[in-house]
Amino acid sequence: MEAYLDNNATTKVADEVIEAMLPYFKDKWGNPSSMHTFGGGLMKEVEAAREKIAGLLGAQPAEIVFTSCGTESDNMAIFGTLGAIQDPSKRHIITTKVEHPAVLASARELQRRGYKVTFLGVDGKGRLDLDELRDALKKDTAVVSIMWANNETGVIFPIDEIANITKAAGVPFHVDAVQAVGKIPIDLSKTQVDLLSVSGHKLHTPKGIGILYIRRGTRIRPYLHGGHQEKGRRGGTENVPYIVGLGVAAELAKKNIEIENTKVRKLRDTLEQQIIKAVPNVLINGDTENRLPNTSSLSFEYVEGEAILLRMDEAGIYASSGSACSSGSLEPSHVLRAMKVPYTSAHGSIRLSLSVYNTQEEIDYAVKTIPPIIENLRSISPFWHDYLKGKEIDADKHSGPYTPYS
Amino acid sequence: MWEYTEKVLEYFRHPKNVGEIEDATVVAEVGSLACGDALRLYLKLDKNDRIVDAKFTTFGCGSAIASSSALTEMIIGKTLDEARKITDKDIADYLGGLPEAKMHCSVMGREALEAAIAKHRGEKVPDSEEDEGKIVCNCFAITDKKIERVIREHQLTTVEEVTHYTKAGGGCGSCVLEIEDIIRRVRGEMEEEAKEAGKPVPPKKMTNIMKMQKIEEVIANQIRPTLQKDGGDIELIDIDGNTVYVALEGTCASCKVADITLTNFVQEKLREFVSPDLVVQEALY
Repeated sequence: MEAYLDNNATTKVADEVIEAMLPYFKDKWGNPSSMHTFGGGLMKEVEAAREKIAGLLGAQPAEIVFTSCGTESDNMAIFGTLGAIQDPSKRHIITTKVEHPAVLASARELQRRGYKVTFLGVDGKGRLDLDELRDALKKDTAVVSIMWANNETGVIFPIDEIANITKAAGVPFHVDAVQAVGKIPIDLSKTQVDLLSVSGHKLHTPKGIGILYIRRGTRIRPYLHGGHQEKGRRGGTENVPYIVGLGVAAELAKKNIEIENTKVRKLRDTLEQQIIKAVPNVLINGDTENRLPNTSSLSFEYVEGEAILLRMDEAGIYASSGSACSSGSLEPSHVLRAMKVPYTSAHGSIRLSLSVYNTQEEIDYAVKTIPPIIENLRSISPFWHDYLKGKEIDADKHSGPYTPYS
Repeated sequence: MWEYTEKVLEYFRHPKNVGEIEDATVVAEVGSLACGDALRLYLKLDKNDRIVDAKFTTFGCGSAIASSSALTEMIIGKTLDEARKITDKDIADYLGGLPEAKMHCSVMGREALEAAIAKHRGEKVPDSEEDEGKIVCNCFAITDKKIERVIREHQLTTVEEVTHYTKAGGGCGSCVLEIEDIIRRVRGEMEEEAKEAGKPVPPKKMTNIMKMQKIEEVIANQIRPTLQKDGGDIELIDIDGNTVYVALEGTCASCKVADITLTNFVQEKLREFVSPDLVVQEALY
């Protein structure tokens, strides 16, 4: 038996999406910018897809720009917005300590270019303090970029409220919604969000397609300079098969959002609760009140995440870890560090993320399989033995300074 | 994903000598929860200081558990003096190699052993703070002495390598410049020492015999099984410097993409696990 529980990393390509894409590889491979019908005729299919995506987001089709991925969308939103700002004194941006690397690395690049960057912190449950945001907004603030939902913990930020704050301050607001779209209802016609990134492969398309939503009237310079495609906002020949695929995926996502919040949520809750019931000393990372329905970040005390993943992998259960060793880094993830998850559990964190394709059988299998793995690794762990004997454990011994991004 | 050898995975899946020894002669511990790995080593010695039993508990990743298990197997039956000769590299080699970024796991194994021996003999733990080491990396509590030792033992030349072997510099990164200074100083000293001894500076190099054994091992464990799945096979014909001559056999011999297999698979594997300088060529009869 296998269970793919790593859907925040990437998702299975939906059969409907593959079916819809195939003709655009085999027969309809023209260039939509061509004057002839063989190519140019495809433009209406690109536009049809754009409408479907707009429909999922509550946007106007003209507000959707196709990109190659979520990372490109994030880069385009941030650098494109800064490029369009005329006032040279605006050299400050605001983001959070728990963003995806696509935003964090962009912010650090801007620091190198002389911008000031404010990284908003989070509390132990991964929540923002909006007063910190209000205080951070200054006359020279050029753009604010905050994710809708966190990829590691699933914690949802109050984007509508944040958008009202940035709107009142007159600062463009970008939202990385890569994890949120399709899992929670989003209606951009009812928010003040100016820019929003979406990635296709988190919505059951293949990797290599994304969109950036640009609210009508938002000033932005192109990020990829080139032809007139996407109304001059993003050069590069339209990736027709993938655009068509994303259109179908958007329709599916709209249809499935209820399933995400009923069936998927129930499966996630069952998985989480059954594991907690079977295994002592487990913590849920993040605010369970405001969380994506598909994500569970669990920290198992006194064991190490990579070891858990390897054992799970052997059993055919695929997940991710916020622990250091699995990522090639040596410290726990920047998200867990920003939340100041204690060292007793930070290295033993596992992210389980579901999709509409997961079944009750798979969850039952995971519930049956994971607890003995933890038990086995704990039997090897010196700290678990200490814990059982009631010995004092110096969790902070050799702990360096917490230095996520300051 | 880490490219672990089958042996590492086997020792991780079925570690040997796990547990505690109630009447251990000496117990030593290195690492910590915060660092992400820790090893507690239990030794039972006879009156001649021979290790009659060794057990361990480890908090850490797959290769940390595998390295701990390997260590206990390697030392049981040895006297402390014999065991002390075991190096990090011996532990890694015992496991068929570790990914470069995981070398610190084998270092942890050796350190635990050294700490146990020092404790038993009432000596200071080598390279620790109590041995007048100065903490360079605050994130992982790594001393200048330990950094110096891995530079010397493994002929390291970059900060990245030092991080792979000790973790130093892998946290907040604020000690990177200091590590660079240590590398410069130690490499300088090594050159001087080599000059005095009338020998060239030891480059990061294996002896030919070590290289040959390693290549044969990687072919047997990492390469041949994959080729055999497709009905092919491979034979090591000769090694000349960094050029490895092999013969592809079975379905591989007539395969149209044999060249690609050689460079993209065989050469890549050998470069990864043996030496990045290797070039693989097909032996012509």
